[in-house]
Amino acid sequence: MANLKLQNISKSFGTVSVLQDVSLDVHDGEFVTLLGPSGCGKSTLLRIVAGLEQPDTGSVVIGDRAVDQWRPRDRDIAMVFQTYALYPHMTVAANLSLPLVMRRLSAWQRLPLVGPLLPGSRSLRAAIAKEIGDVAESLELAHLLDRKPAQLSGGQRQRVALARAMVRRPAVFLMDEPLSNLDTTLRTQMRIEIAALRRKLAAAFVYVTHDQTEAMTMSDRVAVMFGGKVVQVGSPQALYTRPATRQVAEFIGTPRINMLEGTVRNDGCVDVADSHFVIEHDLAPGSRVHLGIRPEHLRITERIGPDTITGRIQRLEYMGNDLLLYFTALGQREQLVMRISPQQGAGLRPDLTVHVTAAREPVLMFDHSGAAVASCVHQVTQLRNQRWS
Amino acid sequence: MVMIASANDAALCRRATRRNFAQLTAGHLLSLPAAVALLLLFVAPTIAIFGIALTDWQLGADDLSFIGLKNFRALLVDPDFYKSLRNSVVYTLLVLPATVCLGLAVALLIESGRSFRAFYRAAHFLPVMATMAAMAISWEALLHPTIGLLTQALASLGVPTTNWLKNQHTVLPALAAIGIWQNFGYAMVLFLAGLKVIPPDLYEAAAVDGADSAFDRLRTVTLPMLGPTTMFVTIIITLRSLEVFDTVSIITQGGPEKASEVLLYTLYTESFSYLRTGYGAAITVVFLLMVTSLMLLQTRIMDRRVHYA
Repeated sequence: MANLKLQNISKSFGTVSVLQDVSLDVHDGEFVTLLGPSGCGKSTLLRIVAGLEQPDTGSVVIGDRAVDQWRPRDRDIAMVFQTYALYPHMTVAANLSLPLVMRRLSAWQRLPLVGPLLPGSRSLRAAIAKEIGDVAESLELAHLLDRKPAQLSGGQRQRVALARAMVRRPAVFLMDEPLSNLDTTLRTQMRIEIAALRRKLAAAFVYVTHDQTEAMTMSDRVAVMFGGKVVQVGSPQALYTRPATRQVAEFIGTPRINMLEGTVRNDGCVDVADSHFVIEHDLAPGSRVHLGIRPEHLRITERIGPDTITGRIQRLEYMGNDLLLYFTALGQREQLVMRISPQQGAGLRPDLTVHVTAAREPVLMFDHSGAAVASCVHQVTQLRNQRWS
Repeated sequence: MVMIASANDAALCRRATRRNFAQLTAGHLLSLPAAVALLLLFVAPTIAIFGIALTDWQLGADDLSFIGLKNFRALLVDPDFYKSLRNSVVYTLLVLPATVCLGLAVALLIESGRSFRAFYRAAHFLPVMATMAAMAISWEALLHPTIGLLTQALASLGVPTTNWLKNQHTVLPALAAIGIWQNFGYAMVLFLAGLKVIPPDLYEAAAVDGADSAFDRLRTVTLPMLGPTTMFVTIIITLRSLEVFDTVSIITQGGPEKASEVLLYTLYTESFSYLRTGYGAAITVVFLLMVTSLMLLQTRIMDRRVHYA
């Protein structure tokens, strides 16, 4: 049980800078996900925590002690690998006991043939067998203890990898994309199991994934990483509703957030397509900005007004409970998308013209550098200036 | 309606059968050259050997007569045959463990270092590529009792030396040393290939689990994961040791006092020097049976203990 602190960690491989001055705190009992596209340095960061890589600068603190000079085995961490990394020649039982055997038995006691005859080794082995039995029981692996990893299904292997991490009762659990090799159904199920598991175990969890669903559903906090930097750390809700940058806004949420290019007018309103948005900000007139609107915050309206965007339907995707409507708007390069109910979409078909509004819904605004201008702003329907003509 | 359907089905079936047949024919045709070569170069000579072993044929003779198992009966009471059998087994027992251990050790060393890998690989593999006849002569010079470099070096270190290749007690170990020198590069290359496919994740998992000393890594990950490679190396090196011929033929001719007479050399002298081809064939049959059963046994035993990833 301990807090994990990463302080100003940088790492380069040759001339490639992988991590730049990354700092992050993970509290005891907290589940923090490192989320980012591949190559953003999230796995390297995890491996630095594990001690499998050495940072160029910066420090890893577990509990109150800097563990930079410590070997992985001494750091009180356990790691679940993407490939599970089970020892294929050992049974499940042997796989699970190895971390305990390596810790509790002396080199002599571990020797084959001679080892079991030495004093103490038998009782130690019995204690270990009992402990792994308990862990196996809790993960429903008890009936698989005699199998080898090759005889297990993907989900079972995943569970064995989890169990191997659990038997040591580490202070910090590290997981490197543990679900990416599973099929969708199994992934959903394992997500639930891991979430349940972490509630039982008092430990800090650091979970690496590029899958935002995993990050959003399991984490207390998510650290979004791009290009070797932590761009934003926050709860899943905060990341979704108040992204710090345009990049974060675009990375989180499916389908992707709509980004509309606009210009700040002299009166402070933002011109976007054939519409304009009344937003509070302190940008100079003439600034180029991007407005971010989530697909579920757009809706179709009969009325044509200053706050409506005229669009032409490109295609419709029926998702069962939702209908995704892709359309293009005047003067906008990117295709926009809105999420509506199938009832609302009745009668719509490609090439029709629709009027779309985001009135009274949250709209995000980013300046030309991509930084969020306002934390969370709403479009005001009542126009301050002249009426639409 | 039903009739049309069944007629269609029948046509489909016929077409499918025809296509299968065409594929089958093509497959057989493609494997024909290999099958013919195998038959001519391997199966036919083996059958011929079994046949000749039952006759008193002498190389070059016009006639031969069937003598049943007489050759084999003679073999069973031939002390020279037992001597060469014993020598072959001893030679293999000397060469096999040393070659496997040395090959593995060198492979691990090369793999653990970062620089000059290609050079070390090539340097250790050279003996495998070298013409053994020429190398045998070089070794003879190295081991020469008075001017041999190796002998002199050992003498200067105070190690008692002898006429290695002419001493009944040292000739087989000396030949085995040459055999190890010749073969361990081959084992090394195979082990290097085996090491390459061990997933690095396993070493990392071992490091986290606490198996991070060199010995523990070897025991927990490397050796078990090299199981299939080790099995293959063992079989290949056993075969190559049992087949030792060129060094014996060039350096010692089986001497002194038949102390280095090995199976293949006996087989060769019986068949081609003494022209007792039938007898030589009988030795070949025994040799073949021995090698085959050894391989089967080895695969059986090791297969059970080896993990294939």
